[in-house]
Amino acid sequence: MSLNYMVPASKFKRYLPKDYVELVNYGPFGKTFAECGTKNMGKYKELVEEHPMCSGCWMAYYIKIIFASLPNPEHTVTIGTAGCGRLAISQAAVPFIYGNYGDQNAMASGITRAFRLRFPDQQKDVITIAGDGGMMDIGFSMTMHAWFRGEKFTTIMLDNEVYGNTGGQESGMSVKGAVLKMSPKGKNFNKMPAMQLAITAGCVYVVKMSPTNINKAAKAIRRAIFAARELGPTFIHAYTSCNIEYSIPTPDVFKDAQEMAKGRFAFEEFMTDEAKELFTVVEAKKKKEVN
Amino acid sequence: MTKRSDMTAEKNWSGQKIVSPDYLLFEAPREKHFMTGSEVVKEAMKRCTVDASVSYPITPQSEAAHLIGELWAEGYIGTYFRGENEFGVMSEVAGCAMAGSRTVTTTSGPGTLRAMENFPMWSGTRIPCQLILMARGINSPLTIQPDNLEVSFLLETGCMIWYAENVQELFDMTIAAFIVAEKPDVHIPIITAVDGFFVSHTRESVMLPADDIALPPYDPYAAPLPPIDSEMPPGRFLRDPFVMKSNYISYATHASWQWEVRSAADRSRKYAKHFLKGLVHTTGDDVADVVFVACGTASHQAKEAHRELAKLGVTCKVVKLRTIRPFPTEELIEATKGAKYIFVPEFNVTGWLYNEVVKALYGRSESEVIGKPRVAGGMSMPVEEILKEVANFVKID
Repeated sequence: MSLNYMVPASKFKRYLPKDYVELVNYGPFGKTFAECGTKNMGKYKELVEEHPMCSGCWMAYYIKIIFASLPNPEHTVTIGTAGCGRLAISQAAVPFIYGNYGDQNAMASGITRAFRLRFPDQQKDVITIAGDGGMMDIGFSMTMHAWFRGEKFTTIMLDNEVYGNTGGQESGMSVKGAVLKMSPKGKNFNKMPAMQLAITAGCVYVVKMSPTNINKAAKAIRRAIFAARELGPTFIHAYTSCNIEYSIPTPDVFKDAQEMAKGRFAFEEFMTDEAKELFTVVEAKKKKEVN
Repeated sequence: MTKRSDMTAEKNWSGQKIVSPDYLLFEAPREKHFMTGSEVVKEAMKRCTVDASVSYPITPQSEAAHLIGELWAEGYIGTYFRGENEFGVMSEVAGCAMAGSRTVTTTSGPGTLRAMENFPMWSGTRIPCQLILMARGINSPLTIQPDNLEVSFLLETGCMIWYAENVQELFDMTIAAFIVAEKPDVHIPIITAVDGFFVSHTRESVMLPADDIALPPYDPYAAPLPPIDSEMPPGRFLRDPFVMKSNYISYATHASWQWEVRSAADRSRKYAKHFLKGLVHTTGDDVADVVFVACGTASHQAKEAHRELAKLGVTCKVVKLRTIRPFPTEELIEATKGAKYIFVPEFNVTGWLYNEVVKALYGRSESEVIGKPRVAGGMSMPVEEILKEVANFVKID
């Protein structure tokens, strides 16, 4: 289907909400990454504007990066679960589904398959965005099995190493020894090796990062989406601190993210040979278009 | 044909001729076959232009799920796979259905309970998917035997629930289920239940229409809510998510939505009346002292008891409930008028159907309602057991 489905009838336009008309006129739909994208944030009508996240929330910043990086926002669906991230993701101008606790990758499996069935000639991107609890604890089996099945969608884990939304409980992604609610004596097992699990389960492109560099973060997101379209499951494990539960003063949030980028969230990128080949082709094509 | 977009107005993707629901269910010539409940599920789904199915093994529904998989391999179903567990499966079903696909799955007993979080979510999101439930006992402790206690857990999920007595009814009901669930003014999930083993594994004579005709495909754009397929305008869906607010508007929004889901089930009555030929089926004497109210195979046993009671000169009637949600209150009141005793034979320990019947008749019937006989855990319900209960109230020579 063409982009025309979102263009309002001229006589009806004046009665539509201003937000909608602005999205059609000045949003990123149907435009290239060079025209909108992360480099021009603030200069066009963005998919995420208002959100109720805490002051200084690094997760909110990264969610804005995700939506500004989408290669095909008019044909994208996001799926999430309970957690802080959901509060911002659900307010993006992109269809969002909240099903049950932790079932985002199961839902996405069904949606992706239905899209391929109903729209065999139309590329539609499916992205799950959930926290560490949703992905690696309550949703663990569904996350892993979607990867093992080779489902073609992108999984993005917003890892703040804690259950932030419910008040600061230990998660499987908290580090060993962390004193949090439900681990009053300190967590007694290691942070789960999400990246290694994703590679083992068959993800074709996996990145671990603390997204301090916007361009680098956008490149990883776009690569993950391009690879998922063609090859198989992809995974981004991003550090998105909880400044409230870890008592990080707002002015120090970026500094904390930079420290993580040198520590346990140092940039790591895995790709299969097929993914590497795909990126060479896709990125060369984009460069040619820009030039 | 392999793509949904390859369908024409006359043929679906597997080349079957598209016919009206009425033609398929009531007018098409039928031939006699000898099949189990599991086999007949395959035959029904073959004629339903199903887009998607997700499965997971659990006795006694596994064979039905295998056979739906064979339909996929034969090109009759668009996508099919085995999920990781029932919870994941029901979420996968939801994903398929939300993206605009006609979707079916099957489960039993502990699988139903494992998946419970999904069912109210299904109805709340107004997806018209179908769960074919082959009831078995739940683990209290482990059992795989026939027992329909699991149905009681589903009663307040907002899903429609229909109950088939035998293999023939299972065939017709699972086809009618899609038609009714997908009506724009209904558009909620439907659970079609049968008693596991007694129906799933029993071979019976059934009359089936030819397999080269099928239902029209599901039209997601006739739904009361848009499918999540990015084919609609890019509005902000939750600009101010009411779910996160603690105020009157958020409470009222959620409450009104829950009422609306139940109203949608109520609006299915007129369609169920047509496609099931009534929400209840009655057999026996028009005016009867003894009335059995039952669903599933318990109604079959009640009919056997009726035959014996007739020989003994006791006026008797069997009222078989075909829909449990919505509950056929008015039909039940009408069908039990004048009864001295209403017996509710059931295959579960709690008597959930008895509770439903008592609730429906409260203040509107003079009949005495007796929740017996009640068997559970896989025990059978011999006619003698039913007659023994009746003899406690009615003089039998």
